[in-house]
Amino acid sequence: MSAPVLLEVKHLRKYFPIRRGLLQRVAGNVRAVDDVSFTIAAGETLGLVGESGCGKTTVSRCILRAYTPTSGELNFHTKEGRTVDLARLSRAELRPLRPQMQMIFQDPYGSLNPRMTLFDIVGEPLLVNGLRDRQARTDQVAELLRLVGLRPEYMQRFPHAFSGGQRQRIGIARALALNPRLVVADEPVSALDVSVQAQILNLLLELQKRLSLTYLFVAHNLGVVKHICDRVAVMYVGQLVELGETQALFQAPRHPYTAALLAAVPVPDPAVRSGDVELKGDVPSPANPPSGCYFHPRCPFAAEVCRTEAPVNREVAPGRFVSCHRADELQLPGVVQ
Amino acid sequence: MNAPAPLLSVRNLKVQFALDEGVVRAVEGVSFDVYPGKVFGIVGESGCGKSVAMKAVLRLIEAPGRIVAGEILWRRKPQGGPGSTQEEVVDVTRLDPNGSVMRGLRGAEMALIPQEPMAAFSPVHTIGDQIVEAIRLHQAVSPREGRRLAVELFKSVGMPMPEQRLDAYSWQLSGGLRQRAIIAMALSCNPRLLIADEPTTAVDVTTQAQVLRLLRQLQQERDAAIIFITHDLGVIAQVAHDVLVMYLGLVMEQGPVNAIFHAPKHPYTQALLRSIPTVQSTPREPLPTISGSIPHPFNRPRGCPFHPRCPQSMPGRCDAATPELQAVGPDQSVSCFLYQTAEAKA
Repeated sequence: MSAPVLLEVKHLRKYFPIRRGLLQRVAGNVRAVDDVSFTIAAGETLGLVGESGCGKTTVSRCILRAYTPTSGELNFHTKEGRTVDLARLSRAELRPLRPQMQMIFQDPYGSLNPRMTLFDIVGEPLLVNGLRDRQARTDQVAELLRLVGLRPEYMQRFPHAFSGGQRQRIGIARALALNPRLVVADEPVSALDVSVQAQILNLLLELQKRLSLTYLFVAHNLGVVKHICDRVAVMYVGQLVELGETQALFQAPRHPYTAALLAAVPVPDPAVRSGDVELKGDVPSPANPPSGCYFHPRCPFAAEVCRTEAPVNREVAPGRFVSCHRADELQLPGVVQ
Repeated sequence: MNAPAPLLSVRNLKVQFALDEGVVRAVEGVSFDVYPGKVFGIVGESGCGKSVAMKAVLRLIEAPGRIVAGEILWRRKPQGGPGSTQEEVVDVTRLDPNGSVMRGLRGAEMALIPQEPMAAFSPVHTIGDQIVEAIRLHQAVSPREGRRLAVELFKSVGMPMPEQRLDAYSWQLSGGLRQRAIIAMALSCNPRLLIADEPTTAVDVTTQAQVLRLLRQLQQERDAAIIFITHDLGVIAQVAHDVLVMYLGLVMEQGPVNAIFHAPKHPYTQALLRSIPTVQSTPREPLPTISGSIPHPFNRPRGCPFHPRCPQSMPGRCDAATPELQAVGPDQSVSCFLYQTAEAKA
């Protein structure tokens, strides 16, 4: 944790207006991300987990400025040693910074243009950023393909000739073309077959070591997250409910939602009964969240204060942040010793 | 364990799709038995033929697909009115897929829980209308009685506010409730066999836990058989009694769930189990991988379909012939030459 901070997310909010009627008046807001703060240290992998609709993808898109945040700060340390607030920059100001943060997508089928060859796909970021010499670009693309475990001879082929795992490698090569500092990986293995997932996870770990990359790893598969992340942030209805070191969080969750999420994961061992702790009900809508703590209607430990007062995210142990009124009194079961 | 007669007995089933580019051998000789009151899990990656095999059982294979060989023996409900215990065994492959016998089986005796509950319901009819339609198709009841039965079903699957939910449209429900509604529909005629095709793939873990618990509970209450298809080994370990591991249309290994997870014999099963990151595995250590990727269906390898990726492949053997499924323990069988050498020598 002594590594310098690469990105500091402070009170990030992203609301999507709900418009109604003839005049398209704003009738309310979907609070997709509601006051989320965390930091990512250089060289670490931060996992962002939660159920669908919890805002984890919106957070990653705000960081990449695919969305403009409603409010909050995104303090990013650039290669040049400056600290800039990404949330405030204009499109033109962002352009020179974009090479430093790249994205790996979930769907290796939808994220590659079927009419472009590998050379075009992986070479395009280089071309856009000023590498006009075709030979130099060919050399770099070949280098990148080798880096991700593909043969450079394939450069003139189209994506349809490759399997899902190979396509994901192509997407990774493209993301790495410009030597990014921060790589946002949004569910990078969830669309792949089980026998191929391990290959891609190993590749991501190896590349991180070789190129000292920083990952923001968005995923819902907790097994994958446990394997690859140094720290994990758990989100629920647009808010951060818990953040901490992976091992500690899996050993002893401090938020009831984290505990329920961990307990729901089916363990691939018939001797271990899991998935039996059941959460009642459904995830509330971020357009109309419950009062107090958003989790209280489903929480088995909810007290009166949980119904009325929203908990503050606080540090309960060094590096461990929890938003729960009862974090100090609860003894919640973990899933690892 | 073998005392009761199997409810469903699939023998050497082969399904092929004749496409312009060639013939896709989706299922290449699969045999298994499903017993009443048991959850039978089928695991495999994409393209292994697990869903096609189930569509064959329901006779839902559409052209250009065709069942080219094999038998699907189904033990029917007693037909001769109340009090009759005469159970008749029919070969589903010989029935007309659109004939009255098959239509009487499908939905009434064997029901499907599809993967995508959103796509399974019509968005322009209420859920209640669709469930009542299914009930009245197989049972001679009045619309009012049908609706009463539907409310009962919704209660049995734990649907909150069942009366109101019957009048809702599928898109008004959350993923978990929609999944409950589709399970209620599948249960509507009290089937002897439920075929659940990846029923939890499209939902979140907490919803998945709810659905799995519900299926487990329903199976115990109703003593129905469930065929549970998934690619998630965690889910299989938690719900199945017996497991069938498929790869490229063939059975690699079959056995009780404990044997498959604690003493897997086939190199594919072993590799698959090693390669999944679990919350228990050592973090950040390279995972053991299975090299390569699943071959394209037009490029089926000769011999054992797994041999190009198999760490224990024996040249001249595995690439020459396809191994037969053979018993390696009580109820466990595997199709791999590693276990047939001993047999051949003996």
